Parts: sequence; C-alpha cells; structure tokens
Amino acid sequence: MTARVLRGVRPYGGDPVDIVVSEGVICEISSPGSGQGHVIDAEGLIVLPGFVDLHTHLREPGKEDAETVATGSRAAALGGFTAVHAMANTEPVADTAGVVEQVWHLGRRAGLVDVRPVGAVTVGLEGERLAELGAMATSPAAVRIFSDDGRCVHDAVMMRRALEYVKAFDGVIAQHAQEPRLTVGAQMNEGPLSGTLGLVGWPAVAEEAIIARDALLAEHVDSRLHICHVSTAGSVEVIRWAKSRGVRITAEVTPHHLLLTEELVRGYDPIYKVNPPLRTSEDVEALRAGLADGTIDAIATDHAPHPREDKDCEWAAAAFGMLGLQTAFSIAVQTMVESGLLDWRGLADRMSVRPARIAALANQGCEISVGAVANLCVVDPAAQWVVDPSGLASRSQNTPYAGMSMPGQVVHVLYSGEPTVLEGVLA
Amino acid sequence: MKHLLSSEDLTREEAIAILDTAGQLATVAGRSVKKLPTLRGRTVVNLFFEDSTRTRISFELAAKRLSADVINFAAKGSSVSKGESLKDTALTLEAMGADAVVIRHGASGAPYRLAHAGWISGSVINAGDGTHEHPTQALLDAFTMRRHFRGGVGDLSGIRVALVGDILHSRVARSNVVLLRTLGAEVTLVAPPTLFPVGVDTWPCKTTFHIDEILGDVDALMMLRVQAERMQDAYFPSAHEYRQRYGLDAQRMSRLPADAIVMHPGPMNRGMEISAEVADDPRAVIVEQVANGVSIRMAVLYLLLGGMTAGDHGDRKATES
Repeated sequence: MTARVLRGVRPYGGDPVDIVVSEGVICEISSPGSGQGHVIDAEGLIVLPGFVDLHTHLREPGKEDAETVATGSRAAALGGFTAVHAMANTEPVADTAGVVEQVWHLGRRAGLVDVRPVGAVTVGLEGERLAELGAMATSPAAVRIFSDDGRCVHDAVMMRRALEYVKAFDGVIAQHAQEPRLTVGAQMNEGPLSGTLGLVGWPAVAEEAIIARDALLAEHVDSRLHICHVSTAGSVEVIRWAKSRGVRITAEVTPHHLLLTEELVRGYDPIYKVNPPLRTSEDVEALRAGLADGTIDAIATDHAPHPREDKDCEWAAAAFGMLGLQTAFSIAVQTMVESGLLDWRGLADRMSVRPARIAALANQGCEISVGAVANLCVVDPAAQWVVDPSGLASRSQNTPYAGMSMPGQVVHVLYSGEPTVLEGVLA
Repeated sequence: MKHLLSSEDLTREEAIAILDTAGQLATVAGRSVKKLPTLRGRTVVNLFFEDSTRTRISFELAAKRLSADVINFAAKGSSVSKGESLKDTALTLEAMGADAVVIRHGASGAPYRLAHAGWISGSVINAGDGTHEHPTQALLDAFTMRRHFRGGVGDLSGIRVALVGDILHSRVARSNVVLLRTLGAEVTLVAPPTLFPVGVDTWPCKTTFHIDEILGDVDALMMLRVQAERMQDAYFPSAHEYRQRYGLDAQRMSRLPADAIVMHPGPMNRGMEISAEVADDPRAVIVEQVANGVSIRMAVLYLLLGGMTAGDHGDRKATES
C-alpha cells in the first residue's frame, strides 16, 4: 500500500506540516514538503480528527424511501464524519442482536464511515420491557449506546434498571428527555409565540424535569447517562449542576438548536418542525455557552431524513426532523468558531474527541499524532458555500438551510487511512 | 389584500372598510331579490376539513348572494387521518379554477400554508384553523358591536369588551383580541388559569380569573363555548364548578350595565357557559350575530374578489362624504 501525504496541512489550525499516512495509521508528521508518498494537496487547510456523530437516523431497515445506510454514509463522509451512530427507531426497531448486526453489516458494506448501531432500551421502544441489551453489546456490532430516541424512557423504574444493567458492559443510556404527558400533541416551543400561533406548546419543563430526574437516578446507581439533543437554557443549568455533583452525565446539542429559533415557525412551514422544537434566542445563547464551557459535551446532528410528502403538508400533519450531516460542521463554525466561543481544538473536542469517548470508540477522536488511526477531516475555514437541497447526498431533502450561505467546507476525509472524500466530492 | 388569514392581516382602515362594505351589503338581505351580480362567473370553494354547518352555510349564502358559483368540498379525511393530502386537494381545486378557497381546518396554520405554499393562485379565506384564528367571526362580532354602540360607523374606540371562557383553545378569542385592539376597543379576557395560553400577558388586553370583577364595567360580554370534555384533561374539575365560577346566568346578567349586550359565537352549550334564560334574553344578540355573519362574509368575498381594494373603497367613501 502506497503512503499518502496530506501536504502542508495545519493540525487544529496550527503550523503547517506534512502528515504521512500508511497502513491506515499516521506514520509520520514532518515539515511541509518533506513527506514522501501520494500527495493530497491540503496547503493552508486545517486538519481535525474525523467527526463522530452520536445521533444519526439512517432509517434502514424499514424507511428506505427516506434514507439508507449507504446514502446516509455518503452524507456523513461529505460532512466530515468518520463515525456515526445509527438510531434504533427503524422498522423493525433495533432492539435485538439481529437488527443491530444487520445495520452494522450494511455500514461495513458502504465502507465510508464507522456505522455504530444504537440499541433500543426497551422492546419496540414501547417502554415496557427491557430489550436484550447484553446480546446487542456482545454481538459483532458491539453496541455501547442504548436509546429509545424518539420516545422518552419515562417510567422511572425502567430507566433505573436500564442505567444499572448496562454497567456490566460499560454501556450508556442516551435519554430522549421528553415527559410524555406534558407534551401530548405538542407542536412547538411553549411560550407567547405558541399561544399566538395556536400551536400546542412544548414546555421546557418537559425536558428539564426528565433530565433532573435521570441525573439523580444516574447518581444513585452510579451509572453513565447521556442526554440527547438538549434544547433549553434550563437543561443546560440542570446538567451543569449535575456535573458539579460528580454525576456521570454527558450531553449533546444539535446544530439546528445552536442556530435556529422558534421565530421560524411563524410561517407554519414544517421544514422547521423538529423534536425537540426550536426554542428562543435566549435558549440558543445558553446552549452555545454550555457547549463552550463543556457542560454540553458534543455536537450531534440528529440527522432525520423524511420523504417529501411528510413535509409538504400542513404543520400538524408533518413529521418531526431535519437533515444535519452535511451542514453540521459549517454551523459549528458559524455559531462557535466565528463567534470566538471555541477554537479549532475546541471544535475537534466537541465534534470528535468527546463523542468518541462517550461512545467508547478507541479508534475515533484520537489526537493527531504518529501511531493514531488515520480518521481525519481536512477543512477549508475560508470557504463559503450555499446549501442546495438537491445537491445533498441524503435521499431526502428536508434541510432548513436551503439557500443559506455557510462558512467552512469539508475538503478531504480519510477513513482508516483511505480517502472517502477528496476535493469535496466522494472519492 | 389578497387573502384573509388572520386578524393580524388587517389595518384599522382595512377593517373599517370591510365593516362599511358589510353595512352596505346588509341591505340586500331586506330586498325581495336577495342577490347582487358582483361575482357572477367567479367560483368560490368551501373547503371544510372540519364539520361546521353554520359557518359553511354562512359563507355559501354570502357567495350566492353575490352570484358566485359555490362548490362545497367536505374533505373529511385530512392528511392527518391519511386521506388525501391538503396539497393534492389544493392542486385539484386549482385545476378546477377556484377563484377563492374558504378553508376550515383542524390544524392551526393550514390556511396560511394553503395561501403561501405555491399550490394555488386564488384567494384564501380562513374560516377557522385549529386553535389559531377565525377572522370573519371577529369581523362579524365587531360589526355587531359597532351597530349597537356606534350607529354602524367608525371604529370601536372606548368600547369595553370581555371574553369569558376557554381562551386557550379558542380561535375566536385570538381573532377578537387582535381585531378589537386594532379598532380601539378595550378587551378583558376572563378564564380559569388553566384555560389561558402561556404568554397571554403579552397580548394587548387585560386578564382576570374572576368574572364578577368585570360585570359592572363591560359594554359587550362575549361568552365562549366550553366543552365539558375539557374536564377530563383537568382544565377544571366539573361542569358544575365551571358554571358556578364562570357561567353567565340571570343573576350575573342583572349586574351588567343596562345597555350592555351579551354575545356568543355559537354553538352554545346552554346550561354550561350560558344559561337558557340569558340566551333567550333580548339583550343577547346571538341571532343577530348570525345574520351579520352573512353580510361580513359577503363584504370579504366582495373586497377580495370584486377587483376593488380596501383603499379604493376608502377613497370612494371619502368622495361620498
């Protein structure tokens, strides 16, 4: 196998170097122009560890009209990711070793990113019986993250048992924090705007109360808890408090909750309908601050493809969710780097290092150093691009960013040393 | 003005123009031939995804009195219940050449979507969407109040209006608060705390939990329908307690100023929010509201479809006076 050289690239935005990759690992980091091998021009570009998404809906099996593991993997690679976590709310639900293995195999066949299946916490996401978590953990898919995402594990006893049970294999429960009774029929953030628009409100307390309860449960049984898509200022405060107590809690925020607000709902366009809902500008500020100070550990896309008909309708009839894989990096740049809240190393920490640690992925999120597996993402911080829904790799087009100009572009991606993306297109 | 989707769409001048036009068109009802040729050859579609016989008939009559062709499209299966989608229904109506679509829909914002998604080119009139708005109801209520308190001219400045009942789920309340404010009225909302929407403190009106506080200081008291089923969701404990605390009976009515009127958008729950005695009292103008509804809907159709803008209308009025 010939060596490849990322020529003149700047790790974490620092001084330019040549990074030589061979046999899937970084074998040399040397002065620019000195590396030997097949040259990939990266002059002036920034290299970061490949991004790790903790929250991706790949829709296969069952909803292949929205996305497949193959199309979602392409979108992920183009977005700079080298690992994604495929959520369990497929048809059938990923609640058995058989289904998670199938998804894992599909990911291997696509071969563009590590596709790590997330296992359901309860059978059929119904919240009534624990799924076979151990079987999923010991399957070839080696599941470590379990989530009923889309639904909340609302029964306190079920949540306690799940938290306890996964300690046997260093698992983590990723909670979709949404108290179901407080959100019956909920359509958008509850506040003055929901009252004016006549849409059923989704109160912040429905998220915050579950996070508070689960933080205390995780403390009580000394287990690992992860909070999916944190969306409110109050949630950030609760998590900050829990971390200060030493609770083993981690949290993620989506790009859209870092950028968009409920004001977009005014036109009743379901492209902005998402779970949890878009919140207020005060919430957005608190989420950015929480991500900056490390209260929130990770940016996770909650990439949620839907076929056109599920968005081309009235608000109440539409599906929740929006695409995220190919826009996550640019939104992170816009909201966190350009604002000065995170430097490039900080961005790498929130998009790669910490999510890899939460998911217990040894070969992802590694320091860019000799000997590390070459999962690398090369980005152009100066590039601007305009989002064209039909130009995205996903099988669906439900992006809320159509026509928006975005800073920062993914140029090259190496996955286990092999290029998956070169010059912004699939290799 | 192309569409009427919300009371928010209306400036004071536009609202008054609609009321003035309705006043002129109301005279048609008194003629032996109750018909004007204004909208001959135009097609108005009543697209009702929810049952509402009274509102549909009102729009149908209004369109027919203006000589429009009227199609009633009762789309029972909305896309919510996996019938034909709103989009496909809209494309069908567009292909048939509808000039105006009057839509009643259970989903808030459905008329806005219909008007702005690029599916149809005609005018859209909101005949009630979810818990959002019902602007022609607010207009007919304003028209009724203006007749009683302003001799049918001008605005409603200084008129004191109270709305009592299920504000949270009421599109009538939302449309009324906005329009009444635009016309200068002073609005108070009365409800138990559970039936106020979050953020009602930002609305341009006062609020109270106690009906007895406001009875002596209102010109128009509007009672809103309260569904007894709401008590299943713990909005209030029982129909009995609701009636005791918020219902309008003869005893409470006796404390209203002598010239005050009682209104109700219908359909009434006699014995719940309003007692039968009050409903049948001469000061209850509920039947008059229904009659005025036809005039208002004629005016809205006329102004949206008749090739005359609200501004033109205002100019002509100015010339006349």
